[in-house]
Amino acid sequence: MPLQFIEGATIIQLKNLASKNIDMSNEEQKMGTRAESVFGAPGISKRISNKFKMSDIKWNNLAKQGVSSLGVPFIAIAIFLTVWGGLASQVQTSLGQLPGPSQVWQQAVVLFDEHKQERQKEVAFFERQEKRNAAKLAKNPDAKIKTRPYTGKPTFFDQIITSVLTVATGFLIASLIAIPIGVICGLNTTIYTALNPLIQIFKPVSPLAWLPIVTMVVSAVYISDDPLFAKSYVTSAVTVTLCCLWPTIINTTVGVSTIDKDLINVSRVLRLAWLTKVFKIVLPASVPMMFAGLRVSLGIGWMVLIAAEMLAQNPGLGKFVWDEFQNGSSNSLARIMVAVFAIGLIGFLLDQIMLSLQKSVSWNKGAVIR
Amino acid sequence: MSNPHLEISHVSIEFPTPNGPFKALNDVDLILTEGEFVSLIGHSGCGKSTVLNIVAGLYQATTGGIILEGKEVDSPGPDRAVVFQNHSLLPWLTTYENVELAVKQVFKGIKSKAEIKEWVEHNLKLVHMEHAMHKRPSEISGGMKQRVGIARALSMEPKVLLMDEPFGALDALTRAHMQDSLIEIQARLNNTVIMITHDVDEAVLLSDRIVMMTNGPAATIGGIVEVDLERPRNRVELADNKQYNHYRAEVLKFLYERQSKPEEKVA
Repeated sequence: MPLQFIEGATIIQLKNLASKNIDMSNEEQKMGTRAESVFGAPGISKRISNKFKMSDIKWNNLAKQGVSSLGVPFIAIAIFLTVWGGLASQVQTSLGQLPGPSQVWQQAVVLFDEHKQERQKEVAFFERQEKRNAAKLAKNPDAKIKTRPYTGKPTFFDQIITSVLTVATGFLIASLIAIPIGVICGLNTTIYTALNPLIQIFKPVSPLAWLPIVTMVVSAVYISDDPLFAKSYVTSAVTVTLCCLWPTIINTTVGVSTIDKDLINVSRVLRLAWLTKVFKIVLPASVPMMFAGLRVSLGIGWMVLIAAEMLAQNPGLGKFVWDEFQNGSSNSLARIMVAVFAIGLIGFLLDQIMLSLQKSVSWNKGAVIR
Repeated sequence: MSNPHLEISHVSIEFPTPNGPFKALNDVDLILTEGEFVSLIGHSGCGKSTVLNIVAGLYQATTGGIILEGKEVDSPGPDRAVVFQNHSLLPWLTTYENVELAVKQVFKGIKSKAEIKEWVEHNLKLVHMEHAMHKRPSEISGGMKQRVGIARALSMEPKVLLMDEPFGALDALTRAHMQDSLIEIQARLNNTVIMITHDVDEAVLLSDRIVMMTNGPAATIGGIVEVDLERPRNRVELADNKQYNHYRAEVLKFLYERQSKPEEKVA
């Protein structure tokens, strides 16, 4: 409940701000007329007061927009938190009461503290090691010194970074494969007819079904004494790749094959080389469809990655959730809930990144992109 | 009459349909001399655009073919530049870049960078679009887009300029303005032009010959009107000209008496 009150207060404050602006605009207009009498130049003062008016209108609009774009979602969130808090207290699980917003917030703080402590430990560990090595060298300059990596438990934030890196890798590989395939399928009916059945069959397969196969193949193929990437990382990334491929391929194909026929005729009349045609005409024309596919891909990839990490015990947010579940302390559910929100927030941020990327490469700056 | 420049030689085309082949054109035969302006006129659906697309190489004739300067052509190329009905400018490029794409393609290795720039600007000036060189197609009007489309086609220095109802989508005033521009450009460059049109006045005003197409299916040339009016032509002066009105009447008679649309007859 207190949140709602705060929310109400902000709206009133914003409204006050808006009305203050109106007051200010009147004063500034007065100032404008004063300036006129002082400078004796009506043109200048008029221009000044016009400028003030313009900025006032902008401010008023901003204030109004602020109320509707910030206020309404905040009210909705406040209601959500209240309902959640109310309902959660009614549910008793074997791990204690279902956590409400406040318990989850507590655990978020705890997780952050744990992360800080772990970092301090790490720093301390390296300091100790350095001292030890320095002492050794002082005694005997020829002594062989060993630097050992820190082997502390990965924190919640370490797991987030792992997951984000994994999904980014998988998505990037998938896009690099899927966009060219999509372009070729869109331009060439024969290749499309050849590949379409395969795409249609693989598209609905849950990547989790692939996971055992991917795991086995990676451990069989990816053999190296000093691997650059951990096997678990490769497995997770390949699984993400496998599910990110299809929406991008399909959307790019549709985007390319529905390009205005006249534009293709232009390239035929000009006898553009194949690559020139692709870069000058095909890709710009299919950007909107392509990005729709890329965004769907990234969304699915992120969802699948968490599940894959849970299933395969690969490091990442999924493993964090699973570990907490197995841990079964009274705080576990709240900690899992923190992870749930983190997953949602990161998914949202990833989509926003794609959105701004789309805006930056889209030629049609006027188009509304959501 | 000089040597034949472009020969449309006994062209027929059939399109496959589920109910067997559909013969759209039957034995279209036409010879153009260099610098000649020919209009194709006929009711919609009679296959005018198909003729143009075959000349452009975008469609393949089933029988017959296109001979340009003594050589058969069967694929599209910049020597037969097309001005499309809906301008077909690339919306993500500025007007300058749209023309530049064509110029770079045609004069690659022939013109230097500076020459290319000069040539692009020259062609945009020719259609009076130098003020909007760095605007995107979405920022200029329909008439302006069509001007840029014409500049792009002219910049390729085509042997034949093919125009597919270039002014069909424009309002009457803009269209008149564009026709005057085209007369002016034609007086300077003396291109060989095939233009498709619905507009009888446009055809008489611009053409040396008006080729009238019969209704499809199996459309063919139904008659040719030689327009023997002095150039430069002025639309206001010609409005009262007896000869002009005679040509006009001839085309109208063909379209509405001899080739009136079957469904219109029923009505």
